[in-house]
Amino acid sequence: MPRARVLIRPKEGILDPQGKAVERALPALGFEGIEHVHVGRMVELEAEDPERLAELCEKLLANPLIEDYEIQTL
Amino acid sequence: MIWGVLQFPGSCDERDALNACSLLGEARLVWHEERDLSGVDAIVVPGGFSYGDYLRAGAIARFSPAMEGVAEMAAAGAPVLGICNGFQVLCEAGLLPGALLRNKELRFTCRQVDLIASPLDALTPPEGGQTNERRDRLSIPAKHGEGRYYAAEEVLDQLEANRQVAYRYASEHNFNGSARDIAGVRNEAGNVVGLMPHPEHAVDPLTGSTDGLRVFEAVAAAGAPA
Repeated sequence: MPRARVLIRPKEGILDPQGKAVERALPALGFEGIEHVHVGRMVELEAEDPERLAELCEKLLANPLIEDYEIQTL
Repeated sequence: MIWGVLQFPGSCDERDALNACSLLGEARLVWHEERDLSGVDAIVVPGGFSYGDYLRAGAIARFSPAMEGVAEMAAAGAPVLGICNGFQVLCEAGLLPGALLRNKELRFTCRQVDLIASPLDALTPPEGGQTNERRDRLSIPAKHGEGRYYAAEEVLDQLEANRQVAYRYASEHNFNGSARDIAGVRNEAGNVVGLMPHPEHAVDPLTGSTDGLRVFEAVAAAGAPA
């Protein structure tokens, strides 16, 4: 069955406290020069009909009000 | 009025909701696999962690058979109240506008909060143009990690214009970073209401406040029994 990967991330402009917390922790660990950290989710799946993945993302995997998604077929 | 209180795997506030409803009428639990909700006049979608809150809070619960019945009741004008996780479920189901995001400080927070209710009947400012703070102020507990209300700016403007903001955090009480201090909203028809704080935990003087009952009464009054 065709494999796919769905990346889900907070929409641009929406406060992402998780990304901010990671970003703030980095200098203490000696990682300088890293900016704009955003934390999202990744879903791996196998789909008989990859054409339907966008609908699946809209309805369940992502909340289009607050998240963007990107489908990668593998 | 017969209240139905939904129960998903992972719900945890359904017993208190049942108790609150039984103070106002009859009440029974509705298991999430029940599709037929006939015989129930009003619905409470309670707090907790439905289906483990996997993926996103409320995302999976919205596909349950009981929620299909709730959507039909909501469309028919029946009173529907979503509390905390129940609010998240109603937003995910598209029965209420907006979404709930992680609290701005990333902490699960449990505290007593003050809310200002904006009842539907306040379409024109009361005499003197001031809201009656004593009458409209509620003290009830909040406990959540994902309660930061979010909607696009134009949606927020529309909610304010339509009087769909049902509850706001009082000054200094918006601990989660909600847009425009919004703690709860209603649908355009007014019969579906959701809020993050927990009115069902504030119905007995033993726990310090009985203000929560007023939330249940307001929802019952806003909808026509199915």
